[in-house]
Amino acid sequence: MNNETNTIEEFAAQEYKYGFVTDIDADSVPPGLNEDVIRLISAKKQEPDWLLEWRLKSFRHWETMVEPHWQNIKYPPIDYQAIIYYSAPKQNSLLKDMSEVDPELLKTYDKLGIPLREQEWLAGVAVDAVFDSVSVATTFKEKLKELGIIFSSFSEAVREHPELVRKYLGSVVPSNDNYFAALNSAVFTDGSFCFIPPGVRCPMELSTYFRINAASTGQFERTLIVAEEGAQVSYLEGCTAPMRDKNQLHAAVVELVALDNAKIKYSTVQNWYPGDKEGRGGIYNFVTKRGKCAGVNSKISWTQVETGSAITWKYPSVLLIGDHSVGEFYSVAVVNNYQQADTGTKMIHIGKHTKSTIVSKGISAGHGQNSYRGLVEMKKNAVHARNFSQCDSLLLGDKCGAHTFPYIEVKNTSSKAEHEATTSKIGDDQIFYCKQRGLSAEDAVNLIVNGFCKEVFRELPMEFAVEAQKLLGVSLEGSVG
Amino acid sequence: MNLLEIKNLHASVQGNEILRGINLTVKAGEVHAIMGPNGSGKSTLAGVLAGRDAYTVTQGEVFYNGQNLLEMLPEERARSGLFLAFQYPVEIPGVNNSYFLKEALNAIRTHKGLEKLDAIDFLALIKQKVKIVEMDESFLNRPVNEGFSGGEKKRNEIFHMAVLEPLLSILDETDSGLDIDALRTVADGVNKLRSQENAIVVVTHYQRLLNYIVPDVVHVMKDGRLVLSGGKELALELEDRGYDWVHEEAGQTV
Repeated sequence: MNNETNTIEEFAAQEYKYGFVTDIDADSVPPGLNEDVIRLISAKKQEPDWLLEWRLKSFRHWETMVEPHWQNIKYPPIDYQAIIYYSAPKQNSLLKDMSEVDPELLKTYDKLGIPLREQEWLAGVAVDAVFDSVSVATTFKEKLKELGIIFSSFSEAVREHPELVRKYLGSVVPSNDNYFAALNSAVFTDGSFCFIPPGVRCPMELSTYFRINAASTGQFERTLIVAEEGAQVSYLEGCTAPMRDKNQLHAAVVELVALDNAKIKYSTVQNWYPGDKEGRGGIYNFVTKRGKCAGVNSKISWTQVETGSAITWKYPSVLLIGDHSVGEFYSVAVVNNYQQADTGTKMIHIGKHTKSTIVSKGISAGHGQNSYRGLVEMKKNAVHARNFSQCDSLLLGDKCGAHTFPYIEVKNTSSKAEHEATTSKIGDDQIFYCKQRGLSAEDAVNLIVNGFCKEVFRELPMEFAVEAQKLLGVSLEGSVG
Repeated sequence: MNLLEIKNLHASVQGNEILRGINLTVKAGEVHAIMGPNGSGKSTLAGVLAGRDAYTVTQGEVFYNGQNLLEMLPEERARSGLFLAFQYPVEIPGVNNSYFLKEALNAIRTHKGLEKLDAIDFLALIKQKVKIVEMDESFLNRPVNEGFSGGEKKRNEIFHMAVLEPLLSILDETDSGLDIDALRTVADGVNKLRSQENAIVVVTHYQRLLNYIVPDVVHVMKDGRLVLSGGKELALELEDRGYDWVHEEAGQTV
């Protein structure tokens, strides 16, 4: 028995392989947050006045708010005045092409397996790379432009397409939505912007790769995706950070807008540094993600694989406003060592005949605590709305925890909501059975965990699904035997 | 050639000695049956041979195909051709039966220095093997043992055996939970897998399985020892007379 438990633990204790630091000159503002810092960020980015005003309004509102503590997560108080709110690798702020990118940066992304030079991309994925506070490179921009697709860093979008940014910024997640969204609205530094014009189906996956490098820096990115009538896009997001003893704050906002018959698929593989085996360090990940199915027959689908971060607090949600619109949420959340996750979704049914599907798979190992928190709400006019929710938890070892907090509110009589939940444990007998057939303990755990997550993985774009499976193996290494 | 050689094996569970000096030699080409009442230690012996770590070996030696078995990890034993058909096959939700078997077979092939089978060759192989146990092909794509009836699980174990082609198979009460038709099918499957190169140890309560899988040697286990051995007719005698008389003749191993 002991041997098996040991293997479970060893499996869980695998090293984080993205923990290196890039040695690069950075242009940073001093730690702390006040109106001057916000003015400085806005000035550095040469922003129009309306955006500065929007930031200041958000900041003033944030000052009146209190940090939420309803989540099933414990952490020491965050000192918001100790965080650096802007850090950028020094380089010419406006790059003509890749050859102007600092070679150190290119090396960093190569090491992460994200080549930024377009000729190295085989899979046809356009990438925007965000390093600390700024976007350093966006690939395939010209090719997309021919179709009328805008895919750029957020800062560039503010410069080049201010009317679009102004129209949609804060239209899904208002700047006063919640504590972390308000903070982000005040200090957000960069992120990605996508606009798919009417009737265009984006021919390649769009992807943003986020990297926190500088110490004591917060990362506050903002992503805005707009799919006009009949447009379709699939967007991927990945993230890593160096290993550091101190916790770092990441508070992002993602807004999606789908008009009539538009489809947006948003996939995340979140692998921020999770902290060490004793729970020191790691990213505090407080993220607000929301999509608005504004048009009829529109569809927004969230798929997330959350393996990193010391703390994960995120609820990618869908507002189902257009009649017959569809919202989906597929999630795998893994906690190991001392990681904590409180994650789930909100499906708000407003239009008629709206449909939503929730599939959540929580995996807990080590001393990890994993909570699913979800709201399914069917408003009075959302007649004939449908929801199906499935929340499964898998436990590895006996020191971890799984919790489920489903909320269902149905305010009409023609709607239907179904909720299924299971909790299971990888048993020693399962591991032994696999070993008796010739598999190692690690392979056995991978097999069982991947089997458990299958319904979510098959929603991911193919290259990503393979990555996600590997990542899961690495995240859980040492946790089972 | 001796495939399995057990010498004075003692093993305990949480301090209770269950096996108290087992001696057994199994040669290639042989089928041995181990019979005995509940609690005599039959399943413990099967578990110790497969490397279940709930058991502690306190004394004795086991050689398998010339190697010191007790020094090998469970997965190494499996990759070297030792197979246990479980008394209670384990369910693995979400893991496709044929995918599971492909991983297992390729682990064994890699160990033997053979190339891994690709999906196409593997599919051809299992389609042929599944006929040996007359199992419906739909079981190939269902999660391992999940939702299988007791009999289907046992049949699936023998299907695994057919695909993995072990040198030494230990069938732990494979007959329990099978109706008479299923018993015959499973036994026929096992018989098709018998060869001069491999050996089978059948652990069972009842003689009826031995009507179909005819053993070369029958052993009677009592209180952690093999107390009597004989030919296949010994099984019939046990069926008639029960196990109580055996201890009077204990020690008279053939």
